[in-house]
Amino acid sequence: MSTPKRTITIREAINEALREEMRRDPKIFIMGEDIGVAGGVFKVTAGLLDEFGPERVFDTPIAEAGIVGLAIGAAMTGMRPIVEIMFSDFTTLASDQIVNQAAKLRYMSGGQCKVPMVIRTAMGARRRAAAQHSQSLHAWFAHIPGLKVVLPATPEDAKGLLKGAIRDDNPVLFMEPKMMYSQKGPIPEGDYTIPLGVGRVHRTGKDATVICTSSMLYPSLEAADRLAAENIQVEVIDPRTISPLDDELLIQSARKTGHVLVVDEGYQSFGVTAEIAARIMQGAFNYLDHPVRRLGAADVPVPFSPSLEDLTIPSADRIYSTIKDMLT
Amino acid sequence: MTAKASIPELKTLDVHRLSDEIYLEMYRRMVLIRKFEEAVYDLYSRGIMSGLAHLYTGMEAIAVGVCMALDASDNITSTHRGHGHLLAKGGDPRRMFAELLGKESGYNRGKGGSMHIVDMSLGILGANGIVAGGLGIATGAGLSAKINREGRVSVAFFGDGALNEGLFYEVSNMASLWKLPVVYVLENNQYGEYTSYKRSTAGTGLARAEAMGIPTRKVDGNDVLDVYQAACWGVNLARSGEGPSFIECQTYRWRGHHMGDQGDTYGYRTQEEIEYWRKLCPINRHREYILQKKVASTGTLEKIENEVQSQIDQAIEFAKDASYPDPSEVFQDVYA
Repeated sequence: MSTPKRTITIREAINEALREEMRRDPKIFIMGEDIGVAGGVFKVTAGLLDEFGPERVFDTPIAEAGIVGLAIGAAMTGMRPIVEIMFSDFTTLASDQIVNQAAKLRYMSGGQCKVPMVIRTAMGARRRAAAQHSQSLHAWFAHIPGLKVVLPATPEDAKGLLKGAIRDDNPVLFMEPKMMYSQKGPIPEGDYTIPLGVGRVHRTGKDATVICTSSMLYPSLEAADRLAAENIQVEVIDPRTISPLDDELLIQSARKTGHVLVVDEGYQSFGVTAEIAARIMQGAFNYLDHPVRRLGAADVPVPFSPSLEDLTIPSADRIYSTIKDMLT
Repeated sequence: MTAKASIPELKTLDVHRLSDEIYLEMYRRMVLIRKFEEAVYDLYSRGIMSGLAHLYTGMEAIAVGVCMALDASDNITSTHRGHGHLLAKGGDPRRMFAELLGKESGYNRGKGGSMHIVDMSLGILGANGIVAGGLGIATGAGLSAKINREGRVSVAFFGDGALNEGLFYEVSNMASLWKLPVVYVLENNQYGEYTSYKRSTAGTGLARAEAMGIPTRKVDGNDVLDVYQAACWGVNLARSGEGPSFIECQTYRWRGHHMGDQGDTYGYRTQEEIEYWRKLCPINRHREYILQKKVASTGTLEKIENEVQSQIDQAIEFAKDASYPDPSEVFQDVYA
């Protein structure tokens, strides 16, 4: 692309997506805890209240089920709400609304209604916030038919995917990597959207494939750099959305390299890594030189002490050594 | 009864001076619900209908009294015991029976069944299988109406069981804070499943709403005119920008919690209690009112009853004759 690109943070990219979409469509409004006057605990919605006023950007009580419930009713009656649930851990408080209402209303009604809404929330550990503010619960929602689950990892993807999510006619969980809000990256000019269900190849390679989600992109790229210095070419792919999942892209890469590692920040057991591994074994079994390997968050409540917390999350070192192990 | 003395009242409404058409329409809709539910009882008992069915028998005055106060464009959410609300809002018995039998011409193409019937064109945002499940949706529809200055009102029907679910407090708090046009209609039928209101609810429902600053009324839920008057009050508050209201309707369900709760299976209420409430039948009461007031003759009322019966009979035939959904339908409409 010859268009010169700006460099902005993920935080700014999301803010831009919200602004541009709200300017485009008057049916969009934003509500959530501290998102208006305070601009959000992570400052993602800063300035939106000033531009769009209190009828379109408003603070709510701390009432996650109620917030999501109101958004569902508004979405069913023609609006396109965006709600912020401060930490993905707090989606548990709204889980009936998300799982039993938002996800099912279209199907249960025989297609009579739609629920076009986006639930933005922040996921990921290493904020030293302990077990109730550090989880990555995206796999739960990907388990539920009727929901879409988006995991942006770069500014460009965050902006394009959020626009795609806002224009989607389904309930979408948009789960932002909280430790990467200040991550910078190039971003295209003008209006663009990224369709949900299309993965992205961040670097190509012939020796092994790393499939990584959300913030796990960065240690994966770091490990791939180190392996490249040893003449091991690692393909790094971010599916970007886990529901829908770009099976074809992942399977094609697995068939090419024969060695696949899946890295995800959710709990390893019954998580995203397991689902992706199963799909690759179904789609590429005869091409694999090694069983698919997985790295997820340790199956423990996220501990507070930094020295312990870091042990629970996949790191560049572990990604590096796992690939080396597979190739040896 | 009201928490806020300054709320404007509907001074001109006298429920004893309504038009004959309104009295008779109330009667017709209540009879429709009664006959519909008795037909469901029959279909279920004979094994023609499967799944779950929660009958509204004995509570007809609430759905009818409230929905008669609404415009076609107003929205309602309903409960697992929803057939009455849907019929009162104008739901088509043919498509309802077809849904209950799992047929393609059912409201939800056979994918929802008794607890999930939706008709977006009538503002029926759904019955709901989760206790308190419709409260968020109704309040959110109220938020839409307020943002768009549409003048639409939302009604959330819910049972006494929902009073003890947290969602009620979350959404009614926001409705009161933001003056959303929502009428919360509590149908207190004395039992949440098999446990009595008294054994499950501390304080009172009214006090809980009043704690949110929401004006309240308590009415005889077996008196369609009492319900209608309160509903007009609530709808008027909502339409005039005064925000939400809360109406508690005292009533009783004649049948069990659902079709599996027959006779003395669960032993949680006495025959005397059931008989007491059966004597307070809302339909008989309105019938007596109409006759006493000479709105219509017995013959006219019987004509209405016969018309409704034939409507129900035809609707059941329609549903029985309808086809089941094509197998490919199972994967349709998961996503928009």
